[in-house]
Amino acid sequence: MATAWTVRAISRATLPVLLGLTLVEVGSGLVLGRFEAQLLRYPTLLTLVPVTIGTAGNLGSILAARLSTAFHLGTLSFDPGDEALAGNAVATVALSVTLFPVVGVGAWALTALVGGGRLSAGTVVTIALASGIGLALLAVAVTVAVTYVAYRLELDPDDVVIPVVTNVCDVLGVVVLFATVQVVL
Amino acid sequence: MTVRDAAWSAYREALPALVASLVGGLLAGLVLGGMRAELQEFSGLLVLVPALLATRGNVYGSLGARISTALHQGLVEPRVRAGDERLRAAVAAALANGLLASSFAAVATFGVLTLLGGPVAPLPVLVAIAVLSGLLSGVTLAAVVVTAVFAGYRRGRDPDTLVGPLVTTTGDVFGMLFLLAAARVVLAATGVV
Repeated sequence: MATAWTVRAISRATLPVLLGLTLVEVGSGLVLGRFEAQLLRYPTLLTLVPVTIGTAGNLGSILAARLSTAFHLGTLSFDPGDEALAGNAVATVALSVTLFPVVGVGAWALTALVGGGRLSAGTVVTIALASGIGLALLAVAVTVAVTYVAYRLELDPDDVVIPVVTNVCDVLGVVVLFATVQVVL
Repeated sequence: MTVRDAAWSAYREALPALVASLVGGLLAGLVLGGMRAELQEFSGLLVLVPALLATRGNVYGSLGARISTALHQGLVEPRVRAGDERLRAAVAAALANGLLASSFAAVATFGVLTLLGGPVAPLPVLVAIAVLSGLLSGVTLAAVVVTAVFAGYRRGRDPDTLVGPLVTTTGDVFGMLFLLAAARVVLAATGVV
């Protein structure tokens, strides 16, 4: 449905979802707050935070957009053997395996450049890659589940799936990074 | 189409946008890593960071998507004219919603941290930082989104494919830079009072 171009109409259409998503993000902030001491001790980990959250959210939103389009075109079936579904899932994991080592090297190099990095490049890349693989698998699971629920409830996946998946993946980004740091350090 | 073909085409199409936002995310991280003093000064500021960054993406991504759709439909002309009522309303709504969501995030963070009994900066301080950074990054992002979508459209590019990577990249960088600036301004102001 088209929204009229007035401040009131646009706000009414977007504000409830926006405030709900903001609460979800405050939840991810609380997880971040739980390991604030560690983050302040190792600035490299702090540098990893926005890029990990962002990449996780992007992987989820791109997968969600592609599945929603396939769903609208009627070329998607919720069968693990489905080519579009399996191909997009494989691509999400492959993208993550390509990008997260770059994230690790970038965060390590930038922090070393301004001084204050205390972790070795190997440790940072291990943390980034392990988080990335975990996040890709979770992003696939969450996106497929949310798309399936939207399909069963006959909601338009474009309206529902993309914002929900993006913000849930943001939160998972912080949670997975936190868990990985506890295991690796 | 085999699974391999589907995976390869999805991989190739997604990679450039992801690399662009990766660069933006790393720069934002560099700023975050450099604001340890402010994070220690204001307890609860770190808790606000994901909500503030996501608000930029949610609000200005939606503004960009709305303007691209309107361009496709011929509802808005691709010129920055203050006289265009629809464009003005869309930008004003984005700014208002962004500020509202930012203050809401500050209030929610303060409320939850108080309930949990953790250390937290005073509510007016958190709200001031959230509103000031929301205003500065909002004005900048609105200008970037409108200019880039119009310029892309006039050059014959589909604005829909521009908006996502543009907003995630610039949103993270400007979001963090202005958060640092706002924290420093509020720190200076509370030092004076």
